[in-house]
Amino acid sequence: MIPSAFEYHRPADVKSAVGILHEQGDEARVLAGGHSLIPMMKLRMAAVTHLVDLQDIAELKIIKVAGGKVTIGAMVTQHSLINDPGLAAAAPLLREAALQIADPQVRYCGTIGGNVANGDPANDMPGLMQCLDATLTLAGPDGTRDVKARDFYEAAYVTACEDDEILVSVSFDAPKGGYAYEKQKRKIGDYATAACAALIEMDGGKCRAASISMTNLSDTPIWSKAAGAALVGTACGAENIANAVAAALADIDPTEDNRGPVAFKMHVAGIVIKRAITRAIACA
Amino acid sequence: MSKMHLKLTVNGKAEELMVEPRELLIHVLREKLNITGPHIGCETSHCGACTVDMNGKSVKSCTVFAAQANGADVTTIEGLSPHGEMNVLQNAFREHHGLQCGFCTPGMITRAHRLLQENPTPTEEEVRFGMAGNLCRCTGYQNIVKSVLAAASELNAAKEAAE
Repeated sequence: MIPSAFEYHRPADVKSAVGILHEQGDEARVLAGGHSLIPMMKLRMAAVTHLVDLQDIAELKIIKVAGGKVTIGAMVTQHSLINDPGLAAAAPLLREAALQIADPQVRYCGTIGGNVANGDPANDMPGLMQCLDATLTLAGPDGTRDVKARDFYEAAYVTACEDDEILVSVSFDAPKGGYAYEKQKRKIGDYATAACAALIEMDGGKCRAASISMTNLSDTPIWSKAAGAALVGTACGAENIANAVAAALADIDPTEDNRGPVAFKMHVAGIVIKRAITRAIACA
Repeated sequence: MSKMHLKLTVNGKAEELMVEPRELLIHVLREKLNITGPHIGCETSHCGACTVDMNGKSVKSCTVFAAQANGADVTTIEGLSPHGEMNVLQNAFREHHGLQCGFCTPGMITRAHRLLQENPTPTEEEVRFGMAGNLCRCTGYQNIVKSVLAAASELNAAKEAAE
């Protein structure tokens, strides 16, 4: 399988990359790890006339953990993310989830930015970014702007990122409390049938804060405000958890595909959400 | 679309050739450089038969454009036994029946090589996790895991003996 021909660009900085995108419009695409885009190009489902490879842009590869704030460059690979001790300490949720993405070869190439910006509802990082209430920084011809991850996703493959913008980095406050990422998949390398990220803070036996998000259960990642609200202020007993699961399920809209019919997905979602919340409480 | 000048190192040898940017690394290796150790299995980045080592990382060369490999240092299964003798991993796969038809084997061994570079003393679980990007339809994996663990022990014993 050979994709259609394209011009290859390998700019050395963000400004040049944005310049190429601005000049070429929607005929240009950026290439990060390539493990979503290249298969689509080989199947000729993505037509790209100008391919802008970001691999030489050093400023996109930074990992910064300081003063309780985490910033990760868009070109940081899942492999680097997993093996960064500072990041593992500051945001163990992210490491736990990254280890469940694809397989080792794909994690060497796949980047956090590609995963976040592609807009594929099956990708794991979008839901995680929403759970962490991350800010996404985009660079365009007029400079940079910030968009909250919870406002970024509009529909499958449709995001707030314009054709001439590049995701530069994601940043968030290092989370406190308990965490869990539960993912049900048919086999290694598959996308989630259902996945759920949970962050829960307990204080004196009561839940102080809770953030619950879900992956591949709607045409965008879903952060369920109601699920978190069902836990805050409670002792997080069985009934409170059941209420949170019910609230989360009310916020999703899965579709039937080769991973199963809607009823099955709702069933699996209920289980992974409950497991994620329960485990996050246990380590809070 | 114009061809580009591609420069890369393959198995320690500097190579220079003209390619279209859309050519995949696996095609350049197999068809232009006659390095046919890495195989084309699924061609959709699932099976791992095309695994090569690129800049110290295991990659599926069916999902890397030749252009991306410009300037890269690539090692294939051929580069793991440059003098034509079987290396420790290859011998372990033979000894422990880590292959049957052999189609996945170059990818398996190239991946196992990098895994043992990063983690010289893996547990069985770590071998299974670290080899999860390579599919085998013959062995049921049991003997592949056994082979990688045996190679790890042998490499560690040799290292200790040398110290």
